[in-house]
Amino acid sequence: MRGGVAVARGASRAAVLLGAALFALPLIGLFSRAPWGELGEIVGDGSVATALGLSLRCSLLATALAALIGMPLAASLAGPATAGRTALRVVVTLPMVLPPVVSGVALLLAFGRNGIIGGPLYELLGLSLPFTSAGVVLAEAYVAMPFFVLTVEGGLRARDRGLEDAARTLGAGPATVFLRVTLPALAPTLRAALLVAWARALGEFGATITFAGNLGGETRTMPLAVYAAMESSPGAAVALSLVLVAVSGTILVLMRRQWFPVR
Amino acid sequence: MRHGGPVSWIVVAVLLAGCGGAREDGPTITVFAAASLAAPFEALAREFERRNPGERVALHLAGTPTLVLQIREGAPADLLASADEENMARLREAGRVAGDAVVFARNAMTIVTPQGNPRGIAGLRDLERKDLAVLLCGPEVPAGRYARRLLEHGGITVASRSDEPSVRAVVTKVELGEADAGLVYRTDARAARDRVGEVEIPAEENVEARYPLAVLRGPREEAARRFADFVVSEAGRAVLADAGFLSP
Repeated sequence: MRGGVAVARGASRAAVLLGAALFALPLIGLFSRAPWGELGEIVGDGSVATALGLSLRCSLLATALAALIGMPLAASLAGPATAGRTALRVVVTLPMVLPPVVSGVALLLAFGRNGIIGGPLYELLGLSLPFTSAGVVLAEAYVAMPFFVLTVEGGLRARDRGLEDAARTLGAGPATVFLRVTLPALAPTLRAALLVAWARALGEFGATITFAGNLGGETRTMPLAVYAAMESSPGAAVALSLVLVAVSGTILVLMRRQWFPVR
Repeated sequence: MRHGGPVSWIVVAVLLAGCGGAREDGPTITVFAAASLAAPFEALAREFERRNPGERVALHLAGTPTLVLQIREGAPADLLASADEENMARLREAGRVAGDAVVFARNAMTIVTPQGNPRGIAGLRDLERKDLAVLLCGPEVPAGRYARRLLEHGGITVASRSDEPSVRAVVTKVELGEADAGLVYRTDARAARDRVGEVEIPAEENVEARYPLAVLRGPREEAARRFADFVVSEAGRAVLADAGFLSP
């Protein structure tokens, strides 16, 4: 019996090591092939700072947009199940499972110069979203929003309704209840939702290059810069990847309390 | 939740095994070809299989720089058909090319417009117009380099709205009307001729894209050599000419 336990323990340890290796090896690959000597030169090049700045700006705006549009959707989805809500859930979740390139094509057909909305927008106002930073924000918000909506919805479902009932019996109106009771109780969930949406927006590639294109300073975010560099100089691509790894690592460290259970 | 029976687990296991990278020892020839060669190489592969029963040709299509990178990182390729000579030279430096590379086809650049050329583009000079959204490929892919060389040669300054990753992306966005014009290979415009318009660039203003082909070092050099010979044969040239490529 004891032998069996030891074997099981050994096997589970081996499984953990194997799993960890699967995640660690690609990172080790990046570090082992990094052009350390020229790193400063490659990263110090102005175009990297431009791409990184654009990435941060667009991803933050996209997160804000996703939160603004996503909040009412999450509140609605958290309500009792109806046919309408099921349909809504399918529509909202779809970008999460669609290949991002497909999302890019879909955005193009809706918001492009000949698109359903984009067409009239262009005819009347001369506005065209593809090949602009606004297009990047829209593409990133489109793919990041489901992560925000589903996380917030989960938090809303799991919340303690007793507090809201108590506030109502004490005479608070629906707006006061939402702002003073529901929202503060939801703060940790909101923070987590904003973070996953931001992480998704920051890493977004397929929908961006398809819908917004790839132009330095306007739509070439970090992932696009890595892809372009991969075609010309793999060393530079590895250097750019390291910058992204560093940014993501910093986010992890800053947000450790949200993602790692507190001991 | 209902758990899947053992059968479904077996199905998953078989699917996973099928996805494995295990390389078959059969007579499959793996051909890496530039994205712009997609249509003629599909045809060449099928025709080669028809003429050589028992042999199989597996095609892998991508931008030439991607192909070169993948081969240098150990992708199991037996043959490379590149869209330019620079990338082929890079692979040769890496010691992966067996024998010599031969130029088997040539191509030229052309201007694509949405169908009917609604903005009335007459030639390269018009691409300077500020009211036009023009697309080029990025300078890292051969088509982007050729386009820039040709513009520079003519002293024409074009502000590309986006450095697209492939000629296909340029054609698609022009077809959708997101851009007013794009510089692509002649063969791409031909392939999409019922969806986009074309404004030809005269030979004296054009550049020549040269496509080299090389057998790569490895266990199947002999079979790869047979396919390479077929590509440069009379029959192979006819397939390439059908797609709009010029003979070398």
